[in-house]
Amino acid sequence: MSTGSQWKNPVIRWVDDRLPIFTYMDHEYQQFPMPRNLNYFWNFGALASIVLVVMVVTGVMLAMQYTPHVDYAFDSVERIRRDVNYGWLLQYIHMNGGSMFFIVVYIHMFRGLYYGSYKAPRELLWMLGVVILLLMMATAFMGYVLPWGQMSYWGATVITNLFSAIPLVGDWIVTLLWGGFSVDNATLNRFYSLHYLMPFVLFAVVGLHVVALHVSKSNNPDGIEMKGPQDSVPFHPYFTAKDSVGVGVFLLFFAFFVFYAPNFFGEPDNYIEANPLQTPSHIVPEWYFLPFYAILRSVTIDILFIPAKLMGVLLMFGSILILFILPWLDTARVRSAKYRPIYKYIFWIFFVDCIALGWVGSQPAEGTALIIGQVATVYYFAHFLLVMPILGKIETPLPLPSSIAEPVTGGGGGASAGAAAAKMEKP
Amino acid sequence: MLKAIKTLAVIVSLGVAGPALAAGGVEIPKRDWSFQGLFGTYDRAAMQRGLQIYQESCAGCHSIRLIYYRNLADLGYTAEQIKAFAAENEVEDGPNDEGEMYMRPAVASDRFIKPFPNDNAARAGNNGALPPDLSLMVEARVGGPNYLYAVLTGYGEPPAGTEVMDGMSYNKYFPGHQIAMPPPLSEDGVEFADGTKATVEQQAKDITTFLAWASEPNMEARKSMGLKVMLFLLVFTGLLIAVKRRIWADVH
Ligand code: HEC
Ligand code: HEM
Repeated sequence: MSTGSQWKNPVIRWVDDRLPIFTYMDHEYQQFPMPRNLNYFWNFGALASIVLVVMVVTGVMLAMQYTPHVDYAFDSVERIRRDVNYGWLLQYIHMNGGSMFFIVVYIHMFRGLYYGSYKAPRELLWMLGVVILLLMMATAFMGYVLPWGQMSYWGATVITNLFSAIPLVGDWIVTLLWGGFSVDNATLNRFYSLHYLMPFVLFAVVGLHVVALHVSKSNNPDGIEMKGPQDSVPFHPYFTAKDSVGVGVFLLFFAFFVFYAPNFFGEPDNYIEANPLQTPSHIVPEWYFLPFYAILRSVTIDILFIPAKLMGVLLMFGSILILFILPWLDTARVRSAKYRPIYKYIFWIFFVDCIALGWVGSQPAEGTALIIGQVATVYYFAHFLLVMPILGKIETPLPLPSSIAEPVTGGGGGASAGAAAAKMEKP
Repeated sequence: MLKAIKTLAVIVSLGVAGPALAAGGVEIPKRDWSFQGLFGTYDRAAMQRGLQIYQESCAGCHSIRLIYYRNLADLGYTAEQIKAFAAENEVEDGPNDEGEMYMRPAVASDRFIKPFPNDNAARAGNNGALPPDLSLMVEARVGGPNYLYAVLTGYGEPPAGTEVMDGMSYNKYFPGHQIAMPPPLSEDGVEFADGTKATVEQQAKDITTFLAWASEPNMEARKSMGLKVMLFLLVFTGLLIAVKRRIWADVH
């Protein structure tokens, strides 16, 4: 057998010669070159991976006690919170973990938007991210139905009903989602089954996401490629240490909510058992869906031959799908907003637009809120379809540094001996 | 970092405890509760009085189905006291060897008995209105304990020009201001064994404390574990920061 193997331990060496997992791990997580100028916004991918694992572990344990039946689901969750040993802890971690997941991933995405991480050669990496986002949303939506509270039930009813707006196949899709003619036991059962399945699909797509990342390597705040060893540091120990700091701070944040404000992100109405005969006065989805909910409800008149409801649905899905083509809508030659004097502000306007949509989503669709929602929706799409293509053409970027090492060490080439040496050991 | 956490804590407490508006736009007054804050615990004496109020003033209409008699240990009662308390109630059991259902005194592992066999019976007994189960009442309303207190003390004469329907009462804080529940608390409506004067406010406070516990019996365990977890994470994160600084020292 081959044996350029670097491994001294005979067992490791034997395995590695046949299945090079040790070499792979060494290559991808020890030696792997990372731009030396990354800031803490590059922690969020690692944080998202951690939340994903936390969600799967707590979810699997909750599933051991949960009963997917309209008559028992609500009480079984209460039993977990009251009588199962540390069940309250599991339940609060899982419940708040959903919100944490979206906080982390939204920051991760805005990081990508700011530093142009979606641009060539990282288009596929970004598109896999959008697939991940869609999967996360589906998973979170179905998970929220499981406790069978009032918001679970009515949220599910409102959202699944949307599909009926699709011409021809709409009603058929809705019946398929429901497994019957209303949200009922069959719906709860299929949502439970899918909610258990989807995280593993997520795992697979995250795997692809990371593989794609390891081909193109990380982007960085300067948005220029690494040109040689002086621009990078090996993943271990530099980023294992830096990611650990992020994890520590993040766990503090997470734990604060779990232990001191577990219902902060929740809706009181979901502590009332689902009742098909009593509609809550104000149906709102979870906070992370609010911007999309606002877009959905922003269309109030039929546009040409498209009914308002269908248009709302199209816009809502469109608002996410448009992210798939962002790499081609952005015509700028440089990646990072740091070197784009106008985009730097445009980014923040877009950010505020998203927050505004979120606020509108939490309000009844009427009066000022509705108008703000309509303006913000138009701007959301204009940002992608008009501003990004045009801005790239008219904006004059600032001069880029010649290499990553230059701004970091303030003088080009003078990379410190230690980092360079650590890097040189194994090219 | 501490500053960031403090700021966060302030933001969060504003978000959680900021004045909640009842439907109809009446602001719900904020009150102090023994169980609020990072270190708050349930006031045992208030809970015991609250249990008495529940039994004497509410149990005739409202169930509290998620609570078992054994849970009363949290209120500071001994196993004997709980056994005696449970045995005052009858529950249906069976079928026995003859296939018959029969009644027996409740034991600690039984749930609190319900006033009505089903929702229809409950409606029939209350002019068509359903008295909701109280087990999760504090978590199930915007404003939590403040709302509960407000509704229980919010009865009064309707303002001039407001029509109150037959069988309904005017309540300042209830959404729509017309509630199907007659004022459940009255001055000296109960007599407390510990000599506390049973004003309406006192009773509202005690029953709310009891129902807050019923909504989340594990709150004290949650907060005390939280303290340990937060302290551990603070120290651990401090160490991680120190390690990271040393490792990166040669790069910066
Ligand atoms: C005569 C029967 C009766 C008694 C006794 C009674 N209630 Fe009620 N209660 C009702 C009814 C009926 C409703 C439903 C009111 C409505 O929907 O308009 C209700 C509603 C409530 C609500 C819900 C208010 C809301 O926001 O929906 C609370 C809280 C409540 N009761 C607490 C209590 C407490 C605490 C006691 C004991 C001190 C008590 N009740 C005693 C009949 C009663
Ligand atoms: C389960 C959710 C996700 C996980 C676990 C995950 C994981 C990661 C990890 C570990 C990295 C490398 C570290 C970093 O740059 O932060 C990364 C990079 C990246 N991710 Fe994600 N990701 C997730 C969701 C998303 C989403 C929703 C998008 C966008 C739609 C996205 C887009 C990107 C991009 C563009 C990069 C490269 C960034 C750069 O190098 O500047 N990711 N991801």
